[in-house]
Amino acid sequence: MGELLLIVVAAALVNNFVLVQFLGLCPFMGASRRLEGAIGMALATGLVLTAASGLSFLVDRFVLQRFELQYLRILGFVVVVGASIQLTNALARRFSPLLHRVLGVYVPLIASNCALLGVALLNSAASRSFVAALFYGAGASVGFGIALALIAGLRERIERADVPMPFRGAAIVFVTAGILSLAFLGFAGFARL
Amino acid sequence: MTMHFDVAPAPHARALDAVPLFMRRVLYALAPAAVTYTWFFGWGLLINFLIAAVTALLCEGAVLRLRGRSTRVALNDGSALITAALLSFALPPLVPAWIPVLGTAVAIVIAKQLFGGLGKNLFNPAMVGYVFLLVSFPVEMTQWIPPRMGDIDYMHLSLLGQLEYSFLGRLPSGLDVDTLTRATPLDIVKEGLRSAHSFDELRGGSLFGDFGGRGWEWVANLIAVGGLYLLLTGTIRWQIPFALFVGLLAPATAFYWIDPHHYAAPEFHLFSGASMLGAFFIATDPVSASTTNRGRLVYGASIGFLTYAIRTWGGYPDGLAFAVLLMNAAVPLIDRVTRPRIYGRR
Repeated sequence: MGELLLIVVAAALVNNFVLVQFLGLCPFMGASRRLEGAIGMALATGLVLTAASGLSFLVDRFVLQRFELQYLRILGFVVVVGASIQLTNALARRFSPLLHRVLGVYVPLIASNCALLGVALLNSAASRSFVAALFYGAGASVGFGIALALIAGLRERIERADVPMPFRGAAIVFVTAGILSLAFLGFAGFARL
Repeated sequence: MTMHFDVAPAPHARALDAVPLFMRRVLYALAPAAVTYTWFFGWGLLINFLIAAVTALLCEGAVLRLRGRSTRVALNDGSALITAALLSFALPPLVPAWIPVLGTAVAIVIAKQLFGGLGKNLFNPAMVGYVFLLVSFPVEMTQWIPPRMGDIDYMHLSLLGQLEYSFLGRLPSGLDVDTLTRATPLDIVKEGLRSAHSFDELRGGSLFGDFGGRGWEWVANLIAVGGLYLLLTGTIRWQIPFALFVGLLAPATAFYWIDPHHYAAPEFHLFSGASMLGAFFIATDPVSASTTNRGRLVYGASIGFLTYAIRTWGGYPDGLAFAVLLMNAAVPLIDRVTRPRIYGRR
């Protein structure tokens, strides 16, 4: 149990996917204009990311390793990520129309989130167990959600600030993200993986 | 007998030059602590402050000139000097001159002016400069020196020697940086507790005083006096310092009570590192802190708790700067959640 908690803290804070490992920057920049949108995106990504890390474990263990196809890992995981996005979308539409209405817009956009592929590859490289892989995915989702919510809140302030012309738009958001990732270095040492 | 009401014709409150007045008070409040610091740790603080102050004014002026704005108001409001003062309090006394120059430039240009200048910066500029330096130049940023105390084997540079090291990197013959510098009490506690020493054993060391480190705790006392002056003059409000102390002391007391061998005492946390400076001068920055009363309590308590967590379980000996930056980032969310209701509305 302690081990799993450490995995979650490590994935969410210490090695935050966006701010420390710089993965998933596209939705981080693209879906953080408003807080409501950011929360929707974070929830949708959380669902898919956790599902994808479980699925990719199964594919890795029972297909790729079984038939010694590890050199197809990246290709295989890309397919798994795509499949888990479709799967989440279909399941949500079938069983929970409410969830689908809230998250439906964001789910297809997750396909551009390289954090999904990152989680799958990192799980496989660290040869985590199925449960550990799920928790790592969940921790990564929490960390992604925190980063997205923080930057969305900050962006709503930046829009009203008197930013110098050359830095308006994406530039100042990247500067903010840089300061935020400096701050996240304070978590270094909390949990080692 | 007639009732007397103090009603004057409008305008009721005169607040001429409010920003420069507040900034001046903050600088006054830091002065006693600066004198104490210089007594215990030599000329480093003053030299770093002068370098940082010149850099801050030059950077601010340069950016404003580039943007075609008036430089007069911004340079006279004193906010750049406060950033310089806070940064120089955070720096070790014995550093080459480029450290305060670089830190201040990052603080003023990137953390303040890129966001639109005073009143618009999302993060505390001094802490951005400090964390930037700490992460980038860990060797220079840990050159702390021992306090001037009769029974401590300390060696301080003269004013000239300090200037010579700062600008030319030369030390008097026979000396090197390692002979002048020591681990701080927070370093000693962090490393000691990790290698299975008990806290009481560590506290017996010659660098430790009644509460925190010797010398350091006196600086902390004088900073607290300055902080009380700010509170009494209404320059800062009580919520943030109060909540920060609660957030820091509550977990410190609980863990110390559970296991006094493996966790540092609460009073040590209160009087060590940046706790006092942070509570009264850094976290209370009116621009980057939360602006609602309930929000200020949440903001302060979170900084206190994160500081404790980073000191106890993290990789850095002190965590206040990181905690302030993390909570600066959370301020828009805190303000949104704790927004007071409009009078008359549900």
